[in-house]
Amino acid sequence: MINKIARSVADALAGIPDGATVLIGGFGTAGIPGELIDGLVEQGAKDLTVVNNNAGNGETGLAALLKAGRVRKIICSFPRQADSQVFDGLYRSGKIELELVPQGNLAERIRAAGAGIGAFFCPTGYGTQLAGNRETREIDGKQYVLEYPIHGDVALIKAERGDRWGNLVYRKAARNFGPVMAMAAKKTIATVHDIAELGTLDPETVVTPGIFVHQVVRIERVATQAGGFKKAA
Amino acid sequence: MTMSTTYTRRTKDQLAARVAQDIFDGAVVNLGIGQPTLVANHLPKGREVILQSENGILGMGPAPEAGEEDYDLINAGKQPVTLLPGGSFFHHADSFAMMRGGHLDICVLGAFQVSATGDLANWHTGEKDAIPAVGGAMDLAIGAKQTWVMMDLLTKQGASKLVQECSYPLTGIACVKRVYSDLATLECTPEGLKLVDLVEGLSREELEKLVGLPIAA
Repeated sequence: MINKIARSVADALAGIPDGATVLIGGFGTAGIPGELIDGLVEQGAKDLTVVNNNAGNGETGLAALLKAGRVRKIICSFPRQADSQVFDGLYRSGKIELELVPQGNLAERIRAAGAGIGAFFCPTGYGTQLAGNRETREIDGKQYVLEYPIHGDVALIKAERGDRWGNLVYRKAARNFGPVMAMAAKKTIATVHDIAELGTLDPETVVTPGIFVHQVVRIERVATQAGGFKKAA
Repeated sequence: MTMSTTYTRRTKDQLAARVAQDIFDGAVVNLGIGQPTLVANHLPKGREVILQSENGILGMGPAPEAGEEDYDLINAGKQPVTLLPGGSFFHHADSFAMMRGGHLDICVLGAFQVSATGDLANWHTGEKDAIPAVGGAMDLAIGAKQTWVMMDLLTKQGASKLVQECSYPLTGIACVKRVYSDLATLECTPEGLKLVDLVEGLSREELEKLVGLPIAA
């Protein structure tokens, strides 16, 4: 029998090695797998490369992982925020490496990894600092930069509902990076608020098919901003 | 700044209304974080416009009533929003495919500098100590069918933000089609700046002096 439902966050995260590249979903308050990030702090893996749109807010979640000194490098599009003080301090003191990537390139490079694409020519960033020294090419009169995929060892994402085969549906703008990150990692762990009986998710509306998901952990809906609702449902 | 004649700058709301006036019925539009979001408040009645938010929303509606906030439904500026009937959700790779793939009609962005031929600088001041952050600016700038900039024409020190060549790091090359400013609306063309309109009391010649570049009538 296939059963991807993990008993606990700790069980799901077991075995993440030092030096792993960890794709972490979420944008703003939506889709952040907060319980998995907290679990990763507990789990103890270090020397990590983290891929996320941002570089942590406040002192909790990703910021706590950074503060604990577990992250060697971060690949993101928007590190600077009003409350990104933990990242800011590490960056200014040279304790963390930053690879700044335009947001769409971040998404497409992750997607490319999941789709088995070796590299792709993308117009975004041509002629800018962020194109670095990468190869460029003119195709049909337009300029492109060669972009390489971003593979994850692990993806930590947050969905709304899932079943024991790993099929996922998301909620509103919390979908953001979840579907592409799920495809791009050797091991994808998703939190969900509801476990659906196999066969009860409408197959026409499954967003991430279970083939891309390895572990599903149910978490409580919490009445915090990152939990999705202001009020518990 | 001392000028021989008197003119009144457009307020932020007047500027937003000026931008909104040019958004056509049926357009799919991305409004950048900050000042551009004001444009949504000024769309002329009867014009159906679909707002895209790059975090995965088409058909974005206004802010919810107090107490109705849903933190799974936020805009790119991370503020709670609503969804209009007909709206949809999608993942990030699809969202940016909408830009690069030429599906998005208009994006409105802020800027530090814009060159006469439409180069845009809006993501980084280039200062050594500054922590860079780019978000979706580069994808939007080169992806939308039309990229419009909304900004004050002059810096607080009175320097023109319309320049021959950007001194700040570039966001995109020759990507800006129009600049809507507090003093004038201009087009960026391969031949340079072209005047669309001016605030009352300001002449094209005076504007050329402020900008320090030729502006075709």
